[in-house]
Amino acid sequence: MRIAIDQDKCCAAGQCVLAADDLFDQRDEDGVVVLLDAAPPAGALDRAREAATLCPAAAIEVSA
Amino acid sequence: MPETAVPTFPLSRASGCPFDPPPRYATLREEEPVSPIRLWNGQVAWLLTRYADQRAVLADPRFSADVTRPGHPAQSAGVQARRAPDRLPFIAQDDPEHNHQRRMFTAHFTVRRVAAMKPRIQEIIDRLLDRMEAAGPPADLVSAFALPMPSLVISELLGVPHRDHGLFQRAARTLVTLASTAEESRAAAGELADYLDHLITVKEREPADDLLSSLVAERVRTGELGREYLVENAILLLSAGHETTANMTALGTLALLHHPEQLAVVRDSDDPARVANAVEELLRYLTITHSGRRRVATEDVEIAGTVIRAGEGVVLANDAGNRDGTVFPDPDRLDIDRPEVRRHIAFGHGSHQCLGQNLARAELQLAYPALLRRFPGLRTTVPDGELRFKEDMLVYGVHELPVAW
Repeated sequence: MRIAIDQDKCCAAGQCVLAADDLFDQRDEDGVVVLLDAAPPAGALDRAREAATLCPAAAIEVSA
Repeated sequence: MPETAVPTFPLSRASGCPFDPPPRYATLREEEPVSPIRLWNGQVAWLLTRYADQRAVLADPRFSADVTRPGHPAQSAGVQARRAPDRLPFIAQDDPEHNHQRRMFTAHFTVRRVAAMKPRIQEIIDRLLDRMEAAGPPADLVSAFALPMPSLVISELLGVPHRDHGLFQRAARTLVTLASTAEESRAAAGELADYLDHLITVKEREPADDLLSSLVAERVRTGELGREYLVENAILLLSAGHETTANMTALGTLALLHHPEQLAVVRDSDDPARVANAVEELLRYLTITHSGRRRVATEDVEIAGTVIRAGEGVVLANDAGNRDGTVFPDPDRLDIDRPEVRRHIAFGHGSHQCLGQNLARAELQLAYPALLRRFPGLRTTVPDGELRFKEDMLVYGVHELPVAW
């Protein structure tokens, strides 16, 4: 699995952190998404997809 | 756009069903998901009732949130009167300007920052409950708890002295009253603006550890953010921080009182994840933003087979979207253990999704269990039929909630 983020699109809602705080974090200075693990194990796929679905700004892409 | 026999927004709720959106929404969602609606000023806009269509529009840059664009559907005369193009808060701008300005505020609302505020929020909640308990029953849950709780929290976060709450609660109330005239609304906003402008001067002299002080030091002084924009955004945060969480607290409590088994779970559960899920379900089920999200098309766009022309307004009824059975099975049932409930759009969608959502979540996750644990025998003292529900306000809720325990 690969995860890609687009920090320009991010609106810092924090939904990704609520869905998967082992994969995503927020920058302290403006809350913009930080990717903690771009290639997590397959067990994290559902949570990664949930984060991508919940992201209001469509800033997360997940490919299996 | 058809002009005849167009129903007027807002549509009526069914009597005896204060938690349910207008019943007509269910029919529209099935039969006419993009349907014309007449607004308070005679303008005809498109009402969207399906979840997927609403999400699509809110994420589509061809629909503008800029309230000064012709055709943008205002919620009321008072809201319309406040549309000054030279000082729009970020909620009323489009990207990239919107995101640029919003990011100056987002540091204060991250998941981590809000988590760090939780002990203080709990303290505020406990003190209010102490006072309510000491005064003894009966009480109005709105004025004793539901309103002062978020009011104290947002005041502290912004750095607004709570001793002035009489002024800003009254002005904020005028701004969210649908019947407020243009003059009343302008006067209330002016009063708030003068107050906040003065407060910013104080913060310039004596900075404290709060949002306004840090914005003054890091953005206004550097010339990045005009002072008048900070004032407008402070009005937005102050009023949004009051009305939404206050209404969710009172109306959510009433909804739980109608579902005693689920209330018992929220009261007694020691699983924060289960309480968090319950809060998301209450947000979905009640969707107090009954005025809907508002946009105007900047080019012709086809949605669910209907072409929305450039310059036409759209009203996204997210209370209807959150009752869409294709996304939420058995949507009219409150189910605090509902799976995948976090897909609700009570906080909107797209890059404008609520800035304060994690603060609201924290307040509600702490408030419901604390209230219900403190008063296990909590009950309303009047029948629902005698309660005044906020059909007359921008945000839905209950004006008073008389309770005893």
